[in-house]
Amino acid sequence: MVMEIIEVTGLRKRYGTQVAVEDVSFSVREGEIFGIVGRNGAGKTTTVECVSGMRTADGGAITITGLDPRKDRERIRERVGVQLQDCTLPDKMKAGEALELYASFYERPADWRALLEEVGLGPKRDTPFAKLSGGQRQRLSIALALVGSPRVAILDELTTGLDPQARRDTWELVELVKARGVTIVLVTHFMEEAERLCDRVAVIHRGRVAAIDSPAGLVARVDDEQRLTFRAAPEADGVLRSLPEVRTVTHEAGHFTVTGTDGVLLAVVTALAARRITPLGLRTEQATLDDAFLALTGPPAGDAPLEHTR
Amino acid sequence: MTTTDTSPATPRVAGGRWAGTRKLTLMEFKLYLREPAALFFTILLPVGLLLILGSAIPGFQEPDPARGGERVVDSHLPAMMILLSVGTSAFSAIPAALATYRERGILRRLSATPLSPVRLLAAQLLVNLTTAVVAVVVTIGLGNLVLGTRVPERPVWFAVAFTLGVCALFVLGLCVAAVVPNSRVAGGIGAAVLFPLLFFAGMWLPRELMPEALRTVSDFTPTGAFGQAMRDAWLGGTPQVLHLAVLVAWTAVAALVAARLFRWE
Repeated sequence: MVMEIIEVTGLRKRYGTQVAVEDVSFSVREGEIFGIVGRNGAGKTTTVECVSGMRTADGGAITITGLDPRKDRERIRERVGVQLQDCTLPDKMKAGEALELYASFYERPADWRALLEEVGLGPKRDTPFAKLSGGQRQRLSIALALVGSPRVAILDELTTGLDPQARRDTWELVELVKARGVTIVLVTHFMEEAERLCDRVAVIHRGRVAAIDSPAGLVARVDDEQRLTFRAAPEADGVLRSLPEVRTVTHEAGHFTVTGTDGVLLAVVTALAARRITPLGLRTEQATLDDAFLALTGPPAGDAPLEHTR
Repeated sequence: MTTTDTSPATPRVAGGRWAGTRKLTLMEFKLYLREPAALFFTILLPVGLLLILGSAIPGFQEPDPARGGERVVDSHLPAMMILLSVGTSAFSAIPAALATYRERGILRRLSATPLSPVRLLAAQLLVNLTTAVVAVVVTIGLGNLVLGTRVPERPVWFAVAFTLGVCALFVLGLCVAAVVPNSRVAGGIGAAVLFPLLFFAGMWLPRELMPEALRTVSDFTPTGAFGQAMRDAWLGGTPQVLHLAVLVAWTAVAALVAARLFRWE
């Protein structure tokens, strides 16, 4: 049975005169990984801080695990674990010490030793925080978010600054957390990450929700087009144009670019094979969540928006 | 990686918050001891200075007619070294620690747990209080053993003066912690506050030798009042009401300012 574990309606939050969140509504189902994506300053972090009770919203309604963050902060902190952007530990605190310490803050903590093993930091138990690698710090940070046995874990900018291998390892860990039945809210500006991990994604743009859908659904919204590029003999041109799946054909000195609907790849390859024409260097390109994101949020506002946090 | 069962362990009895607070405080002590510089400046340096100055400077161990026959090592020098130790904790150690916690998001991270970051603040103050008490005991003990420093003759009044003085300086330190932009400059700003205060306390020009006007100013500084209140109890008298009142007033005002200015993130 699916139930909503987080429900946000008409959330508003401003800092002084600056509006951080204008009007955000979404709901998260129990057990899913729910992504929140958006440019820097779109209001992602503020949104999850209000949901977790770390900040008080100016307007709108929030319930999380059936509680209102404005009234039940204390109980929400027992039930919601967070991993925050730009939060570290004292240099000389050891990994095991940190987890043991945070475990002592909760009424029903997880077994911190088992958790340390589970995130792959068993051998690093006595390593001071300063000597942990970026990936290991993120693993510790995830463990800290889980040590209170939360029902919901909020992970903010989990893999920013990690190398590709560490990023993939961290993703595996997130999937493991999901497998344990913890609902995850994942704030990210990496579309690849959202595409890989999230069941559903909310795109937040300028303090409002631009779209909520599965990653595939978002991609399908902006583009169902496939693009093929290959080299072939010039006579392929006529063959290609006669196919119903093909929308456009351009060809220049034997280099073909073909666009079409979902079945275009098979149609092209079979038609060419029937004429004994071999497409060389065949590549297919498809719209990604990146394209969907850009289509939903408009052109970048000057600086490189997807690379830096905040 | 294994999929260990991490279902909730046995529920804690009520008072789990205190278990957390205890662990947090213990951790603060551990972290403090892992940073050798802190103990150097708050204990080794003041005690070392007392022993070196007390034995090396001619006349420090002779009765001084200007002080009614008291020797410099009897109460003036050790009292100044206690001020140096408490002042370093208050204006350097505490602001640096809290600025670090703030800029690393440790206070913010704690605010997302059931434990309030106020408890980290309290733990940090307790660690520094402990250091101050150790500094006093070692200063008086070693001073007495090596230089014949007098032991405070009115220990209860001495404890009162010490408690009020530590409160005033630590809360002032929280004000400094509230305004320092980051941990790198915390030490410098702390020193800039501490050294004038030590001057008014009589570190370089003893209060007995200060011109009347300067001594009046000294009476109203937290360090001047703190130092004189300690020395009065040290030599068998009672601290002046004025000095105790000055310490209480500084504590109250600084607490209001700190509460207003302190930022958690």
